[in-house]
Amino acid sequence: MGIESRLPTFVTTKLDWIVNQARKYSVWPMPFATACCGIEFMASASSRYDLSRFGSEIMRFSPRQADLLLVAGRVCLKEVPVLMKIYRQMGEPKWVMAVGACASTGGMLDVYGVVQGIDKILPVDVYVPGCPPRPEAIIDGFIQIHKIITGERIADRKHGD
Amino acid sequence: MFKDAQAVKDRFPDAVLGYDDFRNQPTITVKPESAFETLRFLRDDKEAGYDFLVDVTAVDYQDRSRLGRFAVVYHLCRMETGKRMRVKAYLPAEDPEIESVTPLWHCADWAEREVYDLMGVKFRNHPDLRRIMLPEGFEFHPLRKDYPVRGRGERDSFVKYDPEDGL
Repeated sequence: MGIESRLPTFVTTKLDWIVNQARKYSVWPMPFATACCGIEFMASASSRYDLSRFGSEIMRFSPRQADLLLVAGRVCLKEVPVLMKIYRQMGEPKWVMAVGACASTGGMLDVYGVVQGIDKILPVDVYVPGCPPRPEAIIDGFIQIHKIITGERIADRKHGD
Repeated sequence: MFKDAQAVKDRFPDAVLGYDDFRNQPTITVKPESAFETLRFLRDDKEAGYDFLVDVTAVDYQDRSRLGRFAVVYHLCRMETGKRMRVKAYLPAEDPEIESVTPLWHCADWAEREVYDLMGVKFRNHPDLRRIMLPEGFEFHPLRKDYPVRGRGERDSFVKYDPEDGL
């Protein structure tokens, strides 16, 4: 069309804005799915709900390549070191989403062997309610992550690697 | 009486303590010291032929049973016909211990480890009697009825992630 030749060769913008724009639309989740919430998450990633509309279609089962730790399901005592290790392996910037009642609060499993909410061990950014949450709710969780990213300054993320 | 239960009773008259067929589910209660022999008979006998051990589990009756506090329950099945049977052995509250059936059915290995982990029943001659579900170092057997449902603080004993720690 030749339209490119009429565009300016540079634009002026804020660095935070452009970096956040890139981060926002490429939030690659690392699914730590331990229960039925994981099934709902699979549904949100599949064609009917299509999480790729929001830039999160690529699951990364290596935490080193992921941006978002998505904890879907209850975490037992024995899983705590595993979850911690996965979180520590993720490079900055990283976010955590607690999907469902169990990951957020322990849910109905108010017993000796279940961690009462992963915020006891990790800093959680978004809590998604539901037992299990519908795919729409999980997608809304991603939108909330986008909002958090929009409000961040890249200099704020100084920890880790 | 259910045919296989009768066969056990004929073979080991002293071992059988009770029989029950509530809702056509035959259950025999045997002495713990003869449980292994009874189960071997039920597996090897041509008529009985229970070649599949569905599960090994345990019940804590506290003081509601005169036979003992813990009952170890073996669920048996014959694959060919689908018939099922249950064998129970009661154990005392102090130091409950029973012979492992892992030599008979290899799948009993993990089932017995689960019973040991959650109920504290020890299995003699088990190849590898360790905790299977709870972390090593957990101090109690939490499925016992005298253990509080919410535990004794184990679930709150974790250190929260601190970014200042680095890796």
